[in-house]
Amino acid sequence: MGNPMRIRATIKGDTTEVKVLMSHPMETGQRKDSAGAVVPAHFITTVVAHHNDREVLSAEWGAAVSQNPFLQFSFKGGAAGDKVKVSWTDNKGDTRTDEVALA
Amino acid sequence: MSLNRRSFLVSGASALALLGVAAAWPVRALAKLVRPEAAFTATNVNDAIAGIGGAAETSAEIVFQTPEIAENGAVVPVSVTSNLPGTDQISILVEANPNPLVAVFSIPEGTLPTVQTRVKVAQTCNLTAVVRANGKNYSVSRETKVTLGGCGG
Repeated sequence: MGNPMRIRATIKGDTTEVKVLMSHPMETGQRKDSAGAVVPAHFITTVVAHHNDREVLSAEWGAAVSQNPFLQFSFKGGAAGDKVKVSWTDNKGDTRTDEVALA
Repeated sequence: MSLNRRSFLVSGASALALLGVAAAWPVRALAKLVRPEAAFTATNVNDAIAGIGGAAETSAEIVFQTPEIAENGAVVPVSVTSNLPGTDQISILVEANPNPLVAVFSIPEGTLPTVQTRVKVAQTCNLTAVVRANGKNYSVSRETKVTLGGCGG
């Protein structure tokens, strides 16, 4: 299931700025542990963000996005009470969705 | 009687909600970004760029912010802002990484063509932002010096 994301969405004039901090190890599959065994790759591959039901951003990621990924973007519109929803899926098929309401 | 009316209204409302979800599906499916698998597994920058739409022309209209010196290659903040009209895709590549393509962002209508994230950088090298605007690729590169690599333990 993964750990919860921290999402902060702020209305700035006629746009909404969204900052997301995801909780994920983002293992590249190139690193070795102390015993010398390769740590298997485990990273977020797809991120999708919605404003209410409208898709406002989608992303495909490789393993080189940093651990506990940070993402910031902005979209036009957004009013108090609107929902901003962010979902990710990783290479092991795990997925997590979190949602915040605009203040 | 009134109970019947209420349960009728409730079932009607949930049926409407279901319809709404069903109607939203095809739109979402259409807008979905297809993962450029070959580009993600490419091991050099040129192959990776070829996988996301090919040769890119340098453009001064892309604002690509990266640190000149990164103390920790595992967490390098990058920000890409495109001033090109019709921007619908932004990609970030790190030349020295085992797989240079880091991320591809799809920017639908109504979203500002700017993204900010943090990436891993294996060693001192060029970072490249590729922006697709009106079906054409544009790029800009900047060098980041890394004092501690991103592939260590």
